[in-house]
Amino acid sequence: MQLRINQTTYEVDADADTPLLWVIRDDLGLTGTKYGCGLAQCGACSVLVDGAVVRACVTPVAGVVGREITTIEAVEADAVGKRVVSAWVKHQVAQCGYCQSGQVMAATALLKHTPHPSDAQIAAAMVNLCRCGTYNAIHAAVHDVAAEQENA
Amino acid sequence: MNDSLRVTGVAQPFPVGEPVNISRRSFLLASAGTAVGALVLGFGLPLGLSRVQAATGNAAAPGTQVPAFLEIRPDGRIRLLSPFMEGGQGIFTAMAQIVGEELDADPATFLIDSAPPGEQYVVMDNGMRITGGSMSVRTSYPTMRRLGALARAMLLQAAAERLGVPVGDLSTEPGRVIHAASGRTLGYGELAAQAMDLPVPDPASVTLRDPSQFRWIGKPVQRVDAYDKSTGKAVYSIDVKVDGMLHAAVQHAPRLGMRVGELRNEAQVKAMKSVHSVHRLPGAVAVVAERWWHAKRAVEAVQVQWLEASADAKVRQMPADFSSDAFRDQLAATTGPARDEENEGDFGKAFADAPTQVEATYHNQFLNHAQLEPPSALARFNPDGTLEVWLPNQAPDMFRADMAKRTGLDPSQITLHSPLLGGFFGRHFLYDSANPYPQAILLAKAVGRPVKLIWSREEEFLRDALRPMAVVKFRAALDAQGLPVAIEAVSATEGPTEAIAGKQGEKIDPTALEGLSGKAYAIPSKRIAQVYVKGPAMLGYWRSVGNSLNDFFYEAFLDELADKGKQDPFELRLHLLRDNQRLTNLLQAVGDLSGGWKRGPFTAEDGSRRARGVAMASPFGSEAAVIAEVSIEQGQVKVHDIWEAIDPGSIVNPAIIEAQVNGAVSLGLSQALVEEAVYVNGQPRARNYDLYPILSAQRMARVHVRIVESGAKMGGIGEPPLPAVAPAVANAVAHLTGQRIRSMPLSRYTFS
Repeated sequence: MQLRINQTTYEVDADADTPLLWVIRDDLGLTGTKYGCGLAQCGACSVLVDGAVVRACVTPVAGVVGREITTIEAVEADAVGKRVVSAWVKHQVAQCGYCQSGQVMAATALLKHTPHPSDAQIAAAMVNLCRCGTYNAIHAAVHDVAAEQENA
Repeated sequence: MNDSLRVTGVAQPFPVGEPVNISRRSFLLASAGTAVGALVLGFGLPLGLSRVQAATGNAAAPGTQVPAFLEIRPDGRIRLLSPFMEGGQGIFTAMAQIVGEELDADPATFLIDSAPPGEQYVVMDNGMRITGGSMSVRTSYPTMRRLGALARAMLLQAAAERLGVPVGDLSTEPGRVIHAASGRTLGYGELAAQAMDLPVPDPASVTLRDPSQFRWIGKPVQRVDAYDKSTGKAVYSIDVKVDGMLHAAVQHAPRLGMRVGELRNEAQVKAMKSVHSVHRLPGAVAVVAERWWHAKRAVEAVQVQWLEASADAKVRQMPADFSSDAFRDQLAATTGPARDEENEGDFGKAFADAPTQVEATYHNQFLNHAQLEPPSALARFNPDGTLEVWLPNQAPDMFRADMAKRTGLDPSQITLHSPLLGGFFGRHFLYDSANPYPQAILLAKAVGRPVKLIWSREEEFLRDALRPMAVVKFRAALDAQGLPVAIEAVSATEGPTEAIAGKQGEKIDPTALEGLSGKAYAIPSKRIAQVYVKGPAMLGYWRSVGNSLNDFFYEAFLDELADKGKQDPFELRLHLLRDNQRLTNLLQAVGDLSGGWKRGPFTAEDGSRRARGVAMASPFGSEAAVIAEVSIEQGQVKVHDIWEAIDPGSIVNPAIIEAQVNGAVSLGLSQALVEEAVYVNGQPRARNYDLYPILSAQRMARVHVRIVESGAKMGGIGEPPLPAVAPAVANAVAHLTGQRIRSMPLSRYTFS
């Protein structure tokens, strides 16, 4: 089957029900997307499919054929994603960093659809787990991008 | 110098950075931010130990073998091999600040990897090399400064020879040597090759920078890995890949100690897609496959006949009737014999003579580490018989020694690579049955190819080493004024250190009682004791270790004493610390930070009823004080704000300290509010985050931090902010609701 990932077309030999996560990581070698739980609980595997955030660990690969997939490796190619990464660095969000690929993707999806999210919208969208406790820094960084977009 | 690049391939640490294929003979250096295959010119890597020692005048002094630590590249970037592992605590950045300060090089120009095992990296003042106990900076600070100063002296000497001027006429600015008289300058990168061939100067010959002149130490320097960790470029063990590698997954015995019997459908599993082979391991079945997903699916399909443990099992045996609630009852019922850790005054007499006595029993829960990166290990046997292993670890020399014991190889034949840790919190110490590398080594040996084994989240929850449980019985006496004059705490528990040893030591395990012992309050009579109760659960270190439970017990019970004696808990603590200026200042600092101590209950602007609680702790060489503000929402505790003042004596990076306080508050709230590893019928109820909740963003509190630099001996930072969080919350809840909860998590209760 063919997959469109980060503006590139890949020919992939995988079973239809293989989770997208393992195709990305093991077949394509894009290891920025992380395995955390395999149950859509933690969000470390978050990627964008046609601009919406999905959890790749429970997304069968056959379901995303013909759709535009974006992983953390290409997040800066997106204007919003680039601002999110800048805000993440400015606010020094990451500690161990393992969940942050997913956090950045979730924030990018939120801010692409909702440029000026309310606190409640941020809370509803930013539900990925972080064991290092970076939640406050994430909140500040998302707000920062939203304010920036307002001024832009 | 190119000789040095080829000397000892096996001594080369795996570079942390871009994922690369590492062929056996041609190592590609790919440090963070470096193009794959960048040619390394400069001094240092990879030097065999003999070369390093030959280049070193004083091999005995720790942290003086400069070439083993530092490589300066032609472009001036500086690669440092850190004795400490980076897992979010910011140690790589701290090392860049400390070494850079004395080397005179901007921390932003550093590329940092974990150092391999080896005596040359034993830099802690206690003679160890581990990443834990919040010890990294405080035990290596002068040594790592001196390392930077020694390297700077070598660069100055090389420049003096190059320019034909006396060393005394030279100075440095970040990354450059300056000859002021002629205006000539040389970048460090231009001098590195020459400097490599110089002997390391006498450590006593270098003088360190006056702290008043620090440019980077004490400043909120940006983390060296912030960008890579925001863009998926950071590489963890789970991401490492080598040529010819196979993937493996395991199915563990449902209870530790059980043995593999018949595999009822082995033939069918072997026929599953991409499966290479099926293996019986001690206490586990493994499938090796071309893809991890296939290995996982296949191993989960294996129908295993699990046999009860044999009498001579070397691991702890988990009985079929074990439950965490029953174990708590067992702890509560075990009253002796006890051994005293502290015994001052005459508790018995003071207690008997006092007009008011208070007694209470507390307990805590088992916890999992639940770090986001599941454990993995990649093992490769090379044709020359040497072994390489990539794995998360907090103690490389201990892990290598264990691998040597298991394989019969000499430690010099084993190369250990330590990529970034996707969280650790104590998870990656040497826990016999809780690490995947022994399995990965067996599998690599069996299949004759490199094998990367990842434990699924479910297998991780099954084999994780737990934070211990304790039942603590308190007794205390109040005088006629309602002030405590005697306190006794007897804890029935097994500490993690004695659990790992498998037996009680001659001395009390300090990690069992810390937080009950070591309290600073002036209470004239006190007795702190342990009743050792060995349990079947595999135990380990969890962030802030004994303090994570014991300060909860003590500080909550202290509030009970305040209430009984009709004292304000904040004022009572001030009174009990009246002769301790450092802690008096700290407590007042957190009071100020919160806008002045205000216990409540009061009505907040949103109409909710709220109260505040206070608690203190003295963990890992630092001091901490916390105030928590809570309300009740739908029967559960909502923590709105945490104010924390922390005094580590002196600091290296205030921004990272603030981040570490946030992280410690997060774990402190998590254990106070939601977290619990429950065992029923010898098995954990939770095998994933669905049934093992960790603190979510929704339940995180606002965190306000004040760093107090008292100038006292430098203490730790990773763990100290955690222990006072849970008792501050419990104290606030007790005041708000009238319900004194003497256990964690509070989610076991409903509040109104």
